[in-house]
Amino acid sequence: MAKTESTLKNMILSLVIISLVASLALGSIYNITKEPIAMAAKAKQENAIKEVLPEFDSLMTLKIMPDTGKDSISMFFGYKGGQHVGTAVATYSNNGYNAEQIQLMIGILPDMSIRSISVIQQKETPGLGTKMTEPKFKDQFTGKNPAQFILKVKKDGGNVDAITAATISSRAFCDAVQRGFDTYSKEGGNK
Amino acid sequence: MNQWKNFTKGFIQENPILVLLLGTCPTLAVTTSGINGIGMGLATTFVLVGSNTVVSLIKSTIPDKVRIPAFIVVIASFVTIVQLVMQAYTPTLYDTLGIFIPLIVVNCIVLGRAEAFASKQSVLSSAIDGLGMGFGFTMALFLMGSVREALGNGSFLGNKFIEGDGVLLFILSPGAFLTLGYFIALMNRIKKSI
Repeated sequence: MAKTESTLKNMILSLVIISLVASLALGSIYNITKEPIAMAAKAKQENAIKEVLPEFDSLMTLKIMPDTGKDSISMFFGYKGGQHVGTAVATYSNNGYNAEQIQLMIGILPDMSIRSISVIQQKETPGLGTKMTEPKFKDQFTGKNPAQFILKVKKDGGNVDAITAATISSRAFCDAVQRGFDTYSKEGGNK
Repeated sequence: MNQWKNFTKGFIQENPILVLLLGTCPTLAVTTSGINGIGMGLATTFVLVGSNTVVSLIKSTIPDKVRIPAFIVVIASFVTIVQLVMQAYTPTLYDTLGIFIPLIVVNCIVLGRAEAFASKQSVLSSAIDGLGMGFGFTMALFLMGSVREALGNGSFLGNKFIEGDGVLLFILSPGAFLTLGYFIALMNRIKKSI
C-alpha cells in the first residue's frame, strides 16, 4: 500500500479517526472495568473495617467534615446485639511524602483506645515510607488512648517511634490518626 | 528477518535499559524490589506488543508529518487500558505500581520501538520485537530490583533472609544509580565476550 501523502486533509482525517477509535475502545474498557474497580475499592474498605473492629453484626455509617482538612471522614459504628463494640474511622492525611493522600482505617473501642489501624491507601517511598503498613510500626498504636499517648514522632516531642529514614511519612501517619481521633471524639464519641 | 534473533536481541544485544539506555526514569524509580520490577516490566511488555502491532498495522495510512501524535494516541490508549484492567483485577499490584503505570506513556522504549522498528517492519516482526524488548526490559528490571532489595532490605521477593534493615542507601535513589552503573558495566563485559 502506498504511503498516504501529508496533505492537510489527510493529516486531519487520520488523527480524527485514530482519536475516535481510541476513545471508543477506552470508553468500552472503562465501562467493563468500572464495576470491578468499584467493587475492589468497596471490598478493601469492608476488609479494613473488619480488620480494625471487634466482631459486629450491624454497622451504622456517619459522614462528617473534620475541623482540619478538606475531605469528609466516614465513621462506621459497629454494634453487636445492640451493644456498641467499636467504631472504624476512615481518616486521611495530605502530608505524605508524595502528593497522594494517605488513607487509614482506625478502629476505636468504646473506651477511646485504639484497637488497630489498617492502611487503605498510601503511595509513600517503596521500601521506606511503605513500612507504615507493617505491624512493627502500626502496632505501637494498639491499646493506646490518644488522650494520653501523644500522636507525634519522638523527634517532635511525641510518643511515636518513627520509621527509620521516613520521618515525613511517620508524621503524616500521626496526622491522619490525630484527625480521625479528634473527629471521632468530637462528633461520635457519645453515640 | 530471523524471528528468533529478532526476539532475543532485546535480552543482551539491544537490551533497552542496559545497552540502549532507554527508559531510565521508571527503571531507577520502580526497582526497589524484585516484584515491582516484574510487575512494571510485564505492564510495559503488554503496552509494547500492543502499540508495536497497531503502529505496524496503520503505518502506511498515517501521513508522515503526524505520525508522532498518532503513535502517542495509540500508546496512551494501551497504557490506560493496562491501568484500568490492573485497577479492576489486581488491586494489590496496582497499589504498589499505581503511580508508575501512567509513566509508561512517556517511556522512551515504547515510542522508540514504534518509531525505529514498528513503523518500518511487518506486523509479525513488530509484535515479536515488542515481546523481546519487553522481556529484556522485565529481565533487567527484575535483576536490578532483586539486587537492590537484597542489599537494601535483606529480602528476596519479599522473603526476609536477614534480620533488621539492610543498607538503606540501596533502596534510596543513589542506590538505583549505583546498581544501574554496575549492571551496565557487567553488560559491557558480557557483550565483549560473546
